[in-house]
Amino acid sequence: MNPVQFKIDGKKVSAQAGQTILQAAEMNGIYIPHLCAHPELRPWGSCRVCMVKVNGRAQAACTQPVTEGALVENDTPELLNVRRMIIEMLFVEGNHICPTCEKSGNCELQALAYRLGIAAPRFPYQFPRRELDASHPDILLERNRCILCARCVRASQDLDGKHVFDFAGRGRNKRIVVDAEKLTSTDAAVTDHALDVCPVGALMRKRVGFATPVGQRKYDKTPIGSDIESPRGGE
Amino acid sequence: MNEALKTLVSETCEAVGRDRARLMDVVNALQQRLGQVSSEAMTMVARELGCHRVEVQSVVSFYAFLSQQPKGRTVVRVCNDVIDRLQGANEVLEAFSEALGTPVGGTTADGTITLETTPCIGMCDQAPAALINDVVFPDLSPSKARQIATALRKDPNPRKLVTKLGDGNNAHDLVQAMVRNNICREGPVVLAPFESGTALNKALAMTAQEVIRYVKAARIRGRGGAGFPTGLKWEFARSAPGSDKVVICNADEGEPGTFKDRVILTERADLLFEGMTIAGYAIGATTGIVYLRAEYAYLRAFLEDVLARRRAAGMLGMCAGGKTGFDFDVRIQMGAGAYVCGEETALISSCEGLRGDPKNRPPFPAQKGYLLRPTTVNNVETFCCVARTLQQGAGWFAELGSQRSPGTKLVSVSGDCRRPGVYEIELGLSLSELLRLVGAEDAGAVQMGGPSGQMVGAESFDRTICYDDLATGGSVMVFNTSRDVVDIARQFMEFFCEESCGYCTPCRVGNELIKERVERILAGRGVPDDLGYLEELGAAVKLASRCGLGQTSPNPVLTTIKNFRSAYASRLEAPKQSTHRGFDFAAAVRDAEGIAGHGSTQQHDAE
Repeated sequence: MNPVQFKIDGKKVSAQAGQTILQAAEMNGIYIPHLCAHPELRPWGSCRVCMVKVNGRAQAACTQPVTEGALVENDTPELLNVRRMIIEMLFVEGNHICPTCEKSGNCELQALAYRLGIAAPRFPYQFPRRELDASHPDILLERNRCILCARCVRASQDLDGKHVFDFAGRGRNKRIVVDAEKLTSTDAAVTDHALDVCPVGALMRKRVGFATPVGQRKYDKTPIGSDIESPRGGE
Repeated sequence: MNEALKTLVSETCEAVGRDRARLMDVVNALQQRLGQVSSEAMTMVARELGCHRVEVQSVVSFYAFLSQQPKGRTVVRVCNDVIDRLQGANEVLEAFSEALGTPVGGTTADGTITLETTPCIGMCDQAPAALINDVVFPDLSPSKARQIATALRKDPNPRKLVTKLGDGNNAHDLVQAMVRNNICREGPVVLAPFESGTALNKALAMTAQEVIRYVKAARIRGRGGAGFPTGLKWEFARSAPGSDKVVICNADEGEPGTFKDRVILTERADLLFEGMTIAGYAIGATTGIVYLRAEYAYLRAFLEDVLARRRAAGMLGMCAGGKTGFDFDVRIQMGAGAYVCGEETALISSCEGLRGDPKNRPPFPAQKGYLLRPTTVNNVETFCCVARTLQQGAGWFAELGSQRSPGTKLVSVSGDCRRPGVYEIELGLSLSELLRLVGAEDAGAVQMGGPSGQMVGAESFDRTICYDDLATGGSVMVFNTSRDVVDIARQFMEFFCEESCGYCTPCRVGNELIKERVERILAGRGVPDDLGYLEELGAAVKLASRCGLGQTSPNPVLTTIKNFRSAYASRLEAPKQSTHRGFDFAAAVRDAEGIAGHGSTQQHDAE
């Protein structure tokens, strides 16, 4: 099949038909900030951090397929501001206390805030009351940090062959629920992929603390997206 | 293990062939029978349907008419939309609460009656109104509410309280509703009399492609609000690969202030079903589904009867309309209280027994819709336009209305006017002419197209009602010059926050933030910067949201800021030195006291 040619911010890129704009961008060394998208999981389109404009029309890069000749805007002041606002919304919606969170330094939400230059959210904190589920002997479900990206929902179904997680409620009451009253009564296991894909500290393995010292964690030295922008040879 | 529950769940699942896709029917039935879908019941349903319990919980927790916690066998739902509130819904609610002896959201001590509020139930022309189970109580007042409450305490069956039946089919044996049609103007397309079969026979005499060409020639555009060309939509579905295509009628009329579909369903059901059958023929469908909002459950038995008569007359079923090879039938899918299900892909999710989350596009419904089958979703009124066009001619339809907006449009007019009701107008009519028709001499603001549309002021009254100027899916809410447009915008934001499915960040969080700032302004703590803040935030929510709900939900605030800026500006004050007006000092003290575990210092001293 012929490759699809289009442009991102004026740069010519080549992609395979059926790829999403996000996949094509990454293949071409262009980073489009995103949270709910994950290379091992089916596209979801919920966080809206990856909003781009395709021929002038706003689309989520993670769900929008590439089209021949399309003009995609990615790195523009308008979109940067929208992305910042969305990250800030996620911060004020939950209870994210980075200094006490084991995920700090490996957290994609935190890393995106740094990359996008967010010092403090412009929006008022919502301080929601959310239920923590520590019932499982090996796994912690800390809903205060959950950003409702559905990575665990998808990973459990598609990679683990289970259905441990899903969403309940709607609007501000939307929350992650598990396939029983409590996590310990489900078939969740500490080896589940669902635990690996959580971008924040909502789903954690218990009894792991400071395995990697602060300062040496994934995003402590280089911003999120650096690996895409300067791919190492031979990968 | 509760054996009686187990038997009931088993029978309920058996009735839908243990089909996971019919989960909505199962949980709706259990809710009706038991007043809840308990944790235990969810586990049993999952086992019966071969799915996970969390999937059942996901659905039950999504819809307003379903609940995991027990409710009374009788649920009083007082409509709290803007129009109902302007006409005394809050007082009615208070009267119910007092007379029932339960707070709003609570259940009477004996567990029989639950009192709630609910967004627009499609009765703004006879507001304030309430639903008690599936019985509509229009034209309420606090004294009527007290009478009803007293009667319900003696006998919780609301059907026994039905007094004067409404006009037309509202008085039909299978409806028996107190609802009035309030048809104020009958036009030639939708509300004119219709003889069953006259349109279908003409359609079946053509090829399917000819029918689509015909609909295109009439330039029919979708009546739900977006105005997509109907013929083109059908062509996409027809040309999509796959068999067993699906026609869905969107009868989830939830946009506050809209009630025209209620009247069509009551008085022109045959016209609607004929349009659906024609659509089925045109796209090559076998299945038709009417997605009927839970608030209109009182019409269900009547509509089932109309379908049964059409089946008996050979217009549905095998060889529908006598056409060999055209097998098409229609079923009714009940909703369960979710505005977002009016969005076509959310509606499809709901029909599939899922949460009413919209789907990612592509694929579009025409390619992969209901159960991945090519699907067309059209509005109730659109199907009526198609059937009438087939009967009367494409040219006849195209000559009605204006050049780019042919045909007529049903508008539901409510609020501060002397003749609220349904008007079938030709598109292209000016808003001022409509306001004259409805008797709204003191109109100061008009919400066109419901909360997701726009609020316009007197300077816009000479604009025309059509797709390219003042578009409306049917809602026209009139507000007189004494009404506070900022407070109305706040109420609309409250509505969107309640109804957001929560899938995407900007809609789930952004609308809450918009609401918070409007409330702050109304509380007298707004600063001039708040308008820029709201405009920027609103634009981001519109740009980044995933479906039509979030792409339009900031409109009440954005259009009132644009068209009624002084209503906001007069409430804003620049911060004085060293104080921040946006900061709620009293609330902060309360919070701190809560954390400290005691009240103010003075109270503490007194202890």
